Amino acid sequence: MDNGLAEAGHDVMSDEITLRYDYALGKVAGRFMRGLKEGKILATRCSKSGLTYLPPRAYCERSFEPCDEWVEAGSQGVVEASTIVVRGYEGKRKAPVAIALVRLDGVDSAIANYVDGLDLSDPASAMTRIAPGTRLRVTFAAEREGRITDFSFLPL
Amino acid sequence: MSTQDVAVLGTYQSDFRTHDMSQTYVEQVQKAAIGAHRDAGMCVDDVDAAVISLAPTFFLGVADADRWAIDNIVCAGKPVLRVHTGGATGGSAVHIAYSLIQSRMARSVLIVGAERIAETPDAQKVLNLIFDAFYERDMPLSTNTLVALRACAYLHRHGFTQEDLARVVVRARRNAMKNPHAHLKGDITVDDVMASKMIAYPLKLFDICPRSSGCAAMILGNMDMAKRYRTNPAFVNGIGSLSDTYWMGDRTGPTADTDLVEYDLIRMAATTAYRRAGVTDPLKQIQVAEFYDPYSVNTPISLEQAGFCSRGTALRLEKDGYWDRDTGAVAVNPSGGTLCTNPIAITGLVRCIDAATQVMGTAGDMQVRNVRRALATASGGTAQFYNCTVFGAEPTHG
Repeated sequence: MDNGLAEAGHDVMSDEITLRYDYALGKVAGRFMRGLKEGKILATRCSKSGLTYLPPRAYCERSFEPCDEWVEAGSQGVVEASTIVVRGYEGKRKAPVAIALVRLDGVDSAIANYVDGLDLSDPASAMTRIAPGTRLRVTFAAEREGRITDFSFLPL
Repeated sequence: MSTQDVAVLGTYQSDFRTHDMSQTYVEQVQKAAIGAHRDAGMCVDDVDAAVISLAPTFFLGVADADRWAIDNIVCAGKPVLRVHTGGATGGSAVHIAYSLIQSRMARSVLIVGAERIAETPDAQKVLNLIFDAFYERDMPLSTNTLVALRACAYLHRHGFTQEDLARVVVRARRNAMKNPHAHLKGDITVDDVMASKMIAYPLKLFDICPRSSGCAAMILGNMDMAKRYRTNPAFVNGIGSLSDTYWMGDRTGPTADTDLVEYDLIRMAATTAYRRAGVTDPLKQIQVAEFYDPYSVNTPISLEQAGFCSRGTALRLEKDGYWDRDTGAVAVNPSGGTLCTNPIAITGLVRCIDAATQVMGTAGDMQVRNVRRALATASGGTAQFYNCTVFGAEPTHG
């Protein structure tokens, strides 16, 4: 079976590569994902630099000292960037979907996720509800599996 | 130890299109290598080393395909390195070759590569794999949606519209009509861009580069080689290259070192390249800019950050014709740029070729008059890598 891109008059040899992975989460991402199951977004903070990171990390990337504290991120935050994906991707949520980078209260960096609760039938007007500077809140899925999609953002 | 000057001795680029089923990856690489040797009038013994410009190999489904290509470019027995900085790969490859010559490790170096992204219908999946496995990959993040995030914020911050972005595409496609190698070209209108289908707000199909297949090569050499092989070479006057954080979200907020929306990395890389090249006023000293602009929004951001205009003004100046080929303040992407042709593994190399040939006066129909200096840039890996190369008609050190 060819992949549909063959041109007439040219021979092809087709192949399909399947690779399987079990990604070890490690201590830091592991704790974050367990936190999601409990309905918490956990960030790490470095007391030396005073910076709080999402996604969490073991070492501060400015002071190069350990992040020595886990803190719960705020349940609201500010949109840094956003888009509505109109043309979808295989294996992801069905388009159209809104995604945003949101800097949660008490955290220095922004984290990406879906934005729910928007009427996407008119994407241009939906964009105005997630424009940069807009505040959104976090909502958790009822069934959580310790994955980033356990939470999403909602308009206030 | 004195610093070596480095010259462009030969270049080659194929015509670019969606797919090339008449030859394999290594046959394309070979064709490009032969083309650059012929252009320089050099034989294989004149080349001391090779740098293979190869981005994610799963586009072509052969892991580390640089190994496959070594015999085809007659480099068994020579140092061969592969470089991969995503879309910035081609510029990085030029920088490595430059460094090998400047450090006197080689008299001359071949930079060569090919792209055949259409070998798989799963290119979007490969591109999605560059995002973080734990925190990002469950979302429809791709290069398209990453740039859409930046583009929405850029338009919002500076008060521009999708029509303002569309003018960039109109100019690029018009310029590409003079480029025999370009993948997309033609007389289109702002309305045509606006009518193309929405992909991710505010980017429509025409705001986005095509995926192109083809090959390219360049040979760089020291001054001795330049005297032997090239009457009017272009010289690499200065390079600048930087990387940024892995996570895009680390480039936001008041404590961030860089700004996701403005793409400060361009300014930082350009500043270094300009200092090394003796460029103090880019608008006066650079006549051609070949920016890595796979999306319409990349062009204004590049112009602003590379010092051709102030922040938030490039799209207004676009409307006034400042970036037009023959009548503007600087010829921006006379080749049509990455918006018209994007063979990912070698796009940065093609930018360098299109800039260097302008300086050498061998750009054919694309030639801009009186080019003394040209800038080439490349961007890759979710805007994590950026590099700038300044080519000039005079050597830096004389």
